[in-house]
Amino acid sequence: MAITVPRPKLNWRERMYLPAIVAGLAITIKHFKNMLLGRTKVTMQYPEEKWDSSLPDHYRGAPALVRDEDGRVRCVACQLCEFICPPRAIKIIPDEIPSTDRFAKVEKYPEEFDIDMIRCIFCGMCEEVCPEQAIFLRKDYAITGFTRADMIHDKEKLLEIGGVIHGVILKWNEKK
Amino acid sequence: MSDQNPSSQPMLNVQIDSVWHQFPKGTRIIEACEQAGSYVPRYCYHKKLSSPGNCRMCLIEMGFPRLGPDRKSELGADGKPLINWMPRPQISCAQDVAEGIGVRTNSPLVKECQRGVMEFLLINHPLDCPICDQAGECRLQEFSVDFGTSQSRFLEHKVKKPKNAVLGPRVTLDDERCILCSRCIRFCQEIAHDDVLGFVDRGSYTVLTAHPGKELENNYSLNTVDICPVGALTSTDFRFKMRVWFLKETKSICTSCATGCNTIIGTREDVIYRQTPRENDAVNSCWMCDYGRLNFKYLEAKKRLLEPQIRREGKLVHTDWSTAIAQAALQLKQFSGTEIAIIASGRMTNEELWLTVQLAQSLGTHYIDIVPRRGRGDDILLSEDRNPNTNGARLILGSASEPGANLLAIADAVKSGQIKALAILKENTMHLGVPLERLAQLPVFIAMNILSNEATEKATVVLPACGFVEKRGSMINGKGRLQRLNRAVRPPGNARDDWEILRDLIQAVGGGDSLLSIDDVFRRIGETVPQFAGLTFSKIGDLGVQILQMEELPPTHPSDEEKIEQAVAIQARRRAVRSEST
Repeated sequence: MAITVPRPKLNWRERMYLPAIVAGLAITIKHFKNMLLGRTKVTMQYPEEKWDSSLPDHYRGAPALVRDEDGRVRCVACQLCEFICPPRAIKIIPDEIPSTDRFAKVEKYPEEFDIDMIRCIFCGMCEEVCPEQAIFLRKDYAITGFTRADMIHDKEKLLEIGGVIHGVILKWNEKK
Repeated sequence: MSDQNPSSQPMLNVQIDSVWHQFPKGTRIIEACEQAGSYVPRYCYHKKLSSPGNCRMCLIEMGFPRLGPDRKSELGADGKPLINWMPRPQISCAQDVAEGIGVRTNSPLVKECQRGVMEFLLINHPLDCPICDQAGECRLQEFSVDFGTSQSRFLEHKVKKPKNAVLGPRVTLDDERCILCSRCIRFCQEIAHDDVLGFVDRGSYTVLTAHPGKELENNYSLNTVDICPVGALTSTDFRFKMRVWFLKETKSICTSCATGCNTIIGTREDVIYRQTPRENDAVNSCWMCDYGRLNFKYLEAKKRLLEPQIRREGKLVHTDWSTAIAQAALQLKQFSGTEIAIIASGRMTNEELWLTVQLAQSLGTHYIDIVPRRGRGDDILLSEDRNPNTNGARLILGSASEPGANLLAIADAVKSGQIKALAILKENTMHLGVPLERLAQLPVFIAMNILSNEATEKATVVLPACGFVEKRGSMINGKGRLQRLNRAVRPPGNARDDWEILRDLIQAVGGGDSLLSIDDVFRRIGETVPQFAGLTFSKIGDLGVQILQMEELPPTHPSDEEKIEQAVAIQARRRAVRSEST
């Protein structure tokens, strides 16, 4: 149903427009003065300046795989992150660790681990669901590439972003 | 089993969780509780195996009717018998129901028992759910959530046992995960009749192992993986390949022999990961053989035919479907019915066989038969007849002789040069006993198949078709049961559903009206074959319908049997020669 909106009735002051122009100009002059006194905050000069130092601890950047102190890739390819990932950005191909390997006790590792960073929505569910403390959202936010293939982080890239983690539970270590 | 035939047994009154029910005599208490809607957790009990009662998970409270001085049960205010509850819990898996007994499945005592049993079972269980193949379908996980506690009070060190132990060619064992339920041991004794598994050592150090010098290598070994309630027994083939919650489960049947075991095909994104048996007491109970279970790898082989091909200037070239079909029809139409032969397959569905018959009719040929395929059977599930649909061919080809008995006559006609055009559908020419050079000389040689072989390389037209997991259809098993195949994955490349290829070929040859779906084909079979009348795909259902009473069929003619034996012998010889040469 159409509604007729009544036009506001302007009094003689409003019809003159002059007070409104003066009020507007006053704001402009105030900003000009603040700028001259150095009180106005201006845009950060990105990319010469970066956010990195002021990112909060809970910042959710690119997901990454980590190694523990022993150098073992912590991921055991349980595929829970692949299952939980809302945009289905993660693809894992598991494989068996050969019995001659130093970490043979763990039995399973990700042969391939791809995260499609075009799909990733940085929700952090992969980190939350991981039973092995193997995937973490790091503070990298500038994820760029020239091709779609560039935007898929493979296992090497993910481990490079992730680095080594200290102080996590080492449940696969040989017990006494 | 007696509980599956309620009519012949007297009914007994049983009180389960304060409600009175009636069950036929001989029903296990654990089954009665489940039927009454109170599921009792269990590890060692399996309805197709004996009950040793060693996991103690199915503990319940039980009582007998209170008897008065006159040895009659005393009645309560509601007119029902009063129950004297026994002070200690009982296992529900090893006892049958009795008149007037009472069962409590969720009393405080029962819950305390379940919590205690769960705690004991988890004492030495490793925390490797993230890498365990059973995770997602693990009874220990499920019951731990439902009946256990979330914390462990165990401070000592867990007992270490062998991990990744090879039990046999297809089964790998993780002894730390084993909860010693003995289902696998009983399966091997009672179903597979190959008593190779057993427990050794004592107390917490007890482990499952094969007898020294023996392996779990019988043809039913992978069923132990299915019935293992935890991740102790794992399939070496499926191990670490895919987490089970990703698998799309399609109900289908196994096509590796005439038994037609009911299966579930686990797939993800058009890749088949595993086949597991599906319960059907009229066919395969809860089991299937390893041979049939693993017989799907060929569908992903490199030799898979992906594109239709036609021979141009002596070479096979890829083409599109319309060209291939038109070319095949054109080539076939050059010859009269007496010069054309069609070899169909006992691995084709009823619908495909029916369309093959229609094709033969529109070409006017009478040379049509399937290739008989025999192997050594056993008295468990594996049938001697390795064609899954011999009975379908028997009904639909409508030939007076046994399916396969005319094969050698057709082969002779090919050898003598009478046959100028041969269409071989889903079969290898190796089974014909005709030299390859002779086939290469045929002016028209049309091959519809899944994999390329020496015959498809000599063909004039190659039509890539679908495997059993890629199509819908119906088959009749060796006992006359009509069962349904369902599509689990899409065919790779340009391969097409067999029935569509045949329909297009019939239309191109000049006969046949439009059939739009496989359900149409099924309906048309019902019009010509009386056993199919009134049935549809949905009426077949997941468990199939018995449509053929095998004992009513006329006896096989001895000469037919002789011819089939000859054809099978030729195959065996050829196979031996081929395996020697490779």
